[in-house]
Amino acid sequence: MPAPIRLRELIRTIRTARTQAEEREMIQKECAAIRSSFREEDNTYRCRNVAKLLYMHMLGYPAHFGQLECLKLIASQKFTDKRIGYLGAMLLLDERQDVHLLMTNCIKNDLNHSTQYVQGLALCTLGCMGSSEMCRDLAGEVEKLLKTSNSYLRKKAALCAVHVIRKVPELMEMFLPATKNLLSEKNHGVLHTSVVLLTEMCERSPDMLTHFRKLVPQLVRILKNLIMSGYSPEHDVSGISDPFLQVRILRLLRILGKSDDDSSEAMNDILAQVATNTETSKNVGNAILYETVLTIMDIKSESGLRVLAINILGRFLLNNDKNIRYVALTSLLKTVQTDHNAVQRHRSTIVDCLKDLDVSIKRRAMELSFALVNGNNIRGMMKELLYFLDSCDPEFKADCASGVFLAAEKRWVLQNPTINAGSYVRDDSVPNLIQLITNSVEMHAYTVQRLYKALLDDISQQPLVQVASWCIGEYGDLLVSGQCEEEEPIQVTEDEVLDVLEGLLVSNLSAPVTRGYSLTAIMKLSTRFSSVNRIKKVVSIYGSSIDVELQQRAVEYNALFKKYDHMRPALLERMPIMEKTATNGPTEIVQTNGETESSALDSKHPPSITQPTNQANDLLDLLGGNDVPVIQTALPTKPASAGGELLDLLGDLSLSGGPTPAPAPSVPISQTPFLLDGLSSQPLFNDTAAGIPPMTAYNKNGLKIEFTFERSNPNPNISVITIHASNSTEADMTDFVFQAAVPKTFQLQLLSPSSNIVPALNQGSVTQVIRVLNPQKQQLRMRIKLTYTLKGAPVQDLAEVNNFPPQSWQ
Amino acid sequence: NRNERRRIGRGKLRLQKWYVALSDTQKKKISREVIQMVLARKPKMCSFLEWRDLKIVYKRYASLYFCCAVEDQENELITLEIIHRYVELLDKYFGSVCELDIIFNFEKAYYILDEFILGGEAQETSKKIVLKAIEQADMLQEEAEAPRSVLEEIGLT
Repeated sequence: MPAPIRLRELIRTIRTARTQAEEREMIQKECAAIRSSFREEDNTYRCRNVAKLLYMHMLGYPAHFGQLECLKLIASQKFTDKRIGYLGAMLLLDERQDVHLLMTNCIKNDLNHSTQYVQGLALCTLGCMGSSEMCRDLAGEVEKLLKTSNSYLRKKAALCAVHVIRKVPELMEMFLPATKNLLSEKNHGVLHTSVVLLTEMCERSPDMLTHFRKLVPQLVRILKNLIMSGYSPEHDVSGISDPFLQVRILRLLRILGKSDDDSSEAMNDILAQVATNTETSKNVGNAILYETVLTIMDIKSESGLRVLAINILGRFLLNNDKNIRYVALTSLLKTVQTDHNAVQRHRSTIVDCLKDLDVSIKRRAMELSFALVNGNNIRGMMKELLYFLDSCDPEFKADCASGVFLAAEKRWVLQNPTINAGSYVRDDSVPNLIQLITNSVEMHAYTVQRLYKALLDDISQQPLVQVASWCIGEYGDLLVSGQCEEEEPIQVTEDEVLDVLEGLLVSNLSAPVTRGYSLTAIMKLSTRFSSVNRIKKVVSIYGSSIDVELQQRAVEYNALFKKYDHMRPALLERMPIMEKTATNGPTEIVQTNGETESSALDSKHPPSITQPTNQANDLLDLLGGNDVPVIQTALPTKPASAGGELLDLLGDLSLSGGPTPAPAPSVPISQTPFLLDGLSSQPLFNDTAAGIPPMTAYNKNGLKIEFTFERSNPNPNISVITIHASNSTEADMTDFVFQAAVPKTFQLQLLSPSSNIVPALNQGSVTQVIRVLNPQKQQLRMRIKLTYTLKGAPVQDLAEVNNFPPQSWQ
Repeated sequence: NRNERRRIGRGKLRLQKWYVALSDTQKKKISREVIQMVLARKPKMCSFLEWRDLKIVYKRYASLYFCCAVEDQENELITLEIIHRYVELLDKYFGSVCELDIIFNFEKAYYILDEFILGGEAQETSKKIVLKAIEQADMLQEEAEAPRSVLEEIGLT
């Protein structure tokens, strides 16, 4: 069989291929030849074949059939074979394949080989790709070599040890003795790798860290020698002696000096020296300065040194080299929290970097700028940042706008320019901005005026339009009354405002969501404006809108006018200050006015949508139809199912405590969204009224029901009662159902219970929340019905609850 | 701690060295992504890219890009020096190195890299010593091959 073609030959041939297909064909042909050659167990050409295989692998073709061949090469006695074999192992094998373990023995032998270059190959391969098992097996050999006087091997052993420690941290201890005199070496290679090894050990173990602290003087000395020593051609880089070693030593010093006064003090001088003496004309000098600055900032350095460090960074900012500027911004970002004032001094330079051409630099400068905003500089900074916002790339706009809002939030300042930023706001920031606006109470008039004016100019920016609509709906009364203090109040009539909002409804530019905002805003104005008739007209028109969402809203608002007019003021009154429900970001905030689903409330939609007929009040029937009738509510006919996603403002209002057939297994309490839920978001109920005493509502036959109370601050007409049912009998009470009825003037909603099993012997309780709307502030009375199964027998009981503490309903 | 380094020429990967254990598919995917990002960079931009939780430090030499993916806390400026040192080594070894040298002698490029860097860290900071080691190893290789070629010459394969 003819000798397989040489590597160079193959490369040349493959490069002549003009198409991918042609190349593939050549590769396949050669692979076939190589495969058969492998099968013949040809020792002579194995090396050549594997080399070719590696080349093809680099081009992206599969080469796994060569893995075993690599192992054979490694086992060969020829140096050439070993060289290619180990290279092949590093390129083709990895620890996922069991095959790699076969290397272990070879490596072990080669670690003890008579030729140092073979030992070197073994150390290199182990240190590059050794798996945990291999490391465990061979750690001893590595440790031996760490103590050799052969610097060529010692330096490699040190890095190999680093790898072993990373893979098998428990083995770190065994290398400790060998580190004893590592730093006494003259050889820079060994010094460098030793410092790396020491760094790794100190980072992993606080004990090691303490142990190695004593090396600080020695490290300082080595560093000093590097700086002070004359020109050393072997290690010189642009006039600096072994910058790689200097940087590693500085890094180790950083770790050793952190949180340790003595060590920090011991390195103070050398750090100052490096900081002032290092040549800064080339990148290499700046690399050292950079590392020095990082070290100074991290250890317990004296303030003079810190200022020096920040000034170095400040100088970096002015450097022509963009890499240096980038690095400066990154470092300043890290230190801005701790050394805020020092960094402030460089604010103008940082702000200048906003105009840099490089994207990474711009981004860093932007982040840093936001971090530097404070009460004193906010006006100036905002100006710069908004200019940046206007002119920056689209990829920045969203983050920048959000940053502007956050900065504004921190200062509770909603300035003129921030409104402009609103046009860039991401859709999911709309709730964020709304929340921000509600919180800046003193700015409401100003805000709504500005937003109104913005709408007059341009209605194409959807997020801005949505926020503007919302504000007009909310603060329209302030708008027409001309109450603005911050700037000249504009004269605008109710009709003009309604014109604008109606304009949004019909405009082609408005997204469906925006239309929803407008319609709701118009509706809200019915309690703030006097021109209610016009609003009624609009609302009724949209009752037959093709847009299902609008139709639904309109129909519900219509119903509000027709049947529930007495509730309308309460429903549409001014929003309270919102709390954020989560810290993760705007998408978590519960929106109001039924714009988004209130997830906490809608977990279980009522199982069936009841028809708009007067439903028999089941609880009343059960109660024997006495003089405690309850309000019945009819349902508006729903148009085709509107996705069920949105909160029904006037959704199912069947009386809480549903009809008897229970959909197994859960308790058949309907999850009807309470009337006011659309406006009141869940967190509001966290406002507890201090100290309304709890009461025992029922206590019979081992079942005890306690009521605890909360008042919702913004809406004093709502009481939140939590029932706690506990069971002192020996057996669990299963299928537990709690039902309640209230007098006519009240409205009641029952949320889902925590469970329907009340555990025996007071081992736990079932809780359930009742919300009572009491607009007429009458004395609260309640009739409750309890059903459960105890020891197989069903139990039922009725009771009246009259002893509500006055604070719970007054 | 360096994770990978690679040289890219004309969008084609010429060399790549991985210091973390990843599957072939993962490596391919990562390489593709990084190559795309680096080639998209304009000349005025700085040499650092943020990618996932790593930093890519890259430098262009003629038609080749040399990229290093390093961990976040790594000193980017010294990484640039490391890249430069490697190129210097190649240059010294091949005598004014060009892309073709690396293509046709890829295994040598790897050997040089492996004498300079081990497990992602520099093992030797002296150019001279690295080159000497390579030289010696090359001689060892020649000695091993020599006998056979003599036989070939005589015609006794």
